[in-house]
Amino acid sequence: MDSASRFTLQGCLHGARLTLPLMPGLVVFASAFGTAAQQRGLSFEQALATSAFVFAGAAQMVALEVWQQVWAPGTILGIATVTAVVNSRMVLAGAAIQPWLRGEPPGRLAANLFFLTDASWLIATRYREEGGRDVGVLFGAGIALWALWVVATVPGYLAGALGGEPRRFGLDVVMPIFFSAMLVPLWRGARAARPWAVAGAVALVVQALVPGYAFIVAGALAGAVAGAFLE
Amino acid sequence: MSPIRDWIAGPAGPYLAILAMTAATYLCRAGGVFVMSRVLITPRLERGLRALPGSIVVATVLPLAVQGGPPAALGLIAALAAMAWLRTELAALAAGLAVVSLVRAAGY
Repeated sequence: MDSASRFTLQGCLHGARLTLPLMPGLVVFASAFGTAAQQRGLSFEQALATSAFVFAGAAQMVALEVWQQVWAPGTILGIATVTAVVNSRMVLAGAAIQPWLRGEPPGRLAANLFFLTDASWLIATRYREEGGRDVGVLFGAGIALWALWVVATVPGYLAGALGGEPRRFGLDVVMPIFFSAMLVPLWRGARAARPWAVAGAVALVVQALVPGYAFIVAGALAGAVAGAFLE
Repeated sequence: MSPIRDWIAGPAGPYLAILAMTAATYLCRAGGVFVMSRVLITPRLERGLRALPGSIVVATVLPLAVQGGPPAALGLIAALAAMAWLRTELAALAAGLAVVSLVRAAGY
């Protein structure tokens, strides 16, 4: 009966709590961005604005590679394209949770999607797999990650020193660990996992042939197509 | 030099770049939801969507495990095992980080 989605403050707080294990890795990553931004010649305000408005770790790092001292229409278009390519996986992440978001009022949905990241997507997907219906979980997780992301950009920019150490404590593998752990709650038996095998195989082939992170989108799409056509 | 080019080359340039990145990112975040809300969900499409979360996860993690060598691969296996056994992310995280650090400390 109560299968319709809802959006509550308790859901938001629950979502924020679920981000806690990710916080140390996030702080290190955001600090590393702050440091790299400072070295690339971004002003403090520009680095902070990038973290606050773009709020996409990998894309921000890659965009620094094409950051200019003097801008032209072509280089603006270039940095937008690079950002879109790195974030293209979010199109698929959004498609995957869309059934859950049906019936959300457009304004609240638009705001919620501004804060959508890999981490909040993982948290929300797990929550939903376990029968959760509160869309606030996605929003709360997104806001909590966003706030810390913006704040942690500051010490990295000012000190320029926090960026070097993530490997020592293995913090660079926190997101991959979170991703792989997700497979357990998603598991619905070997039959349902056949598309995953297709996704993995295609991702490995694309990784070997194409530079960058195209393997995520290629593999994920292949898995979805396999899921649609494997009976 | 046109006035628009001058404006982009001036102090506004970095902020226009950030604005362009913001727009590109938001289009990616909202695009999938927007498109799927306008599409008739057939049973076939629904099966595809159901396979999508696991496919995204595998397509992300498997190449990273291969790229990261023995520490990453063993760490991710340890995380999976801990998650299957204890069913909490914190256990998976602890097991994964411990194995990665140990294997790296061993010199890989």
